Amino acid sequence: MMGKRDWPLWEIFIQPRAGLNHKHVGSLRAPDAEMAIGNARDVYTRRGEGESIWVVRSTDIHASAPDDRGMLYDPSDDKIYRHPTFYDVPEDVEHM
Amino acid sequence: MSALTQAERRDYCIRFGDNALILGQRLGEWCGHAPVLEEDIALTNIALDLVGQARLWLSHAGAVEGEGRDEDALAMKRDVLDFRNVLLVEQPNGDFAHTIARQFLYDAWAVPLYQALSSSTDETIRGIAEKAVKESLYHRRHSSEWVIRLGDGTEESRARMITALDEFWGFQDELFEMDALDAKALAAGVGVDLAGLRPVWTAHIEAVLAQATLPLPGVTWRVTGGRRGRHSEHLGYILAELQFLQRAYPDAVRW
Repeated sequence: MMGKRDWPLWEIFIQPRAGLNHKHVGSLRAPDAEMAIGNARDVYTRRGEGESIWVVRSTDIHASAPDDRGMLYDPSDDKIYRHPTFYDVPEDVEHM
Repeated sequence: MSALTQAERRDYCIRFGDNALILGQRLGEWCGHAPVLEEDIALTNIALDLVGQARLWLSHAGAVEGEGRDEDALAMKRDVLDFRNVLLVEQPNGDFAHTIARQFLYDAWAVPLYQALSSSTDETIRGIAEKAVKESLYHRRHSSEWVIRLGDGTEESRARMITALDEFWGFQDELFEMDALDAKALAAGVGVDLAGLRPVWTAHIEAVLAQATLPLPGVTWRVTGGRRGRHSEHLGYILAELQFLQRAYPDAVRW
């Protein structure tokens, strides 16, 4: 039968419109990349969610360890010079 | 070049509408029962596309008939002898390979059919065709990719795929039949040359089977009749499920 070994898990990313980021929307099982794209189209683009699909084998996703959170992210909390907050933005400028 | 009567235009549309309706209904039987969740969604998505096409075809048929029958009246209140779908679409789902084989033979026909109908002089038919082409291209890709994977798969999938193709191969002639109505519709610019679709269909079928390392079926028997209302034993059961609610509660206004 179709074991987990034969139908690997794929992470699915959908790009809503050209130029925007591909967003992670979920995962599904498929025997290969072409079927994964087809399945992603069926499962994740039912309501016009996007125009482009990326599929990545879940085993190719490498994530940071939750226990490393303190070491990786806390040191940037007190470095205010990294944030562009010292400029006076003119009133008419909407998006900076 | 004589124009089609309203009745002839209606009958022409009903043929395509009934194909989509019955095949959509068959695929709907997989809902909740497919081998994997992703295919459950894929097959029911395809079913929804087909039912959507059926709605458009049967609505147009009812409108050109002009006697007050709408899509529901045509779908739910006709009996077996009045249905005009091809025999292929009423065949049972069987196992997954059978469903894929049946879909494969149909989709390879639907793509060139709707491409050709995109030039119909009937504006509504043109609209239906332009929408259905995109849906059919996707359906054809889905069924073709599965034929390749099942054919060039395990010994079991290959054997099942061969059995399935052998079982449905003999129903192909109806897809390319040109009777008097087809000829008149073609002459009027409303319809298409169905016989002319055969080379495109054959080329696609042969290319995919080659990639699937499958032999061309050697089945020689051919059966037609659905388009004349002479159906297999299956259609009655399909309609019993499809039409039960509407026939049991004819006065119900809202569902």
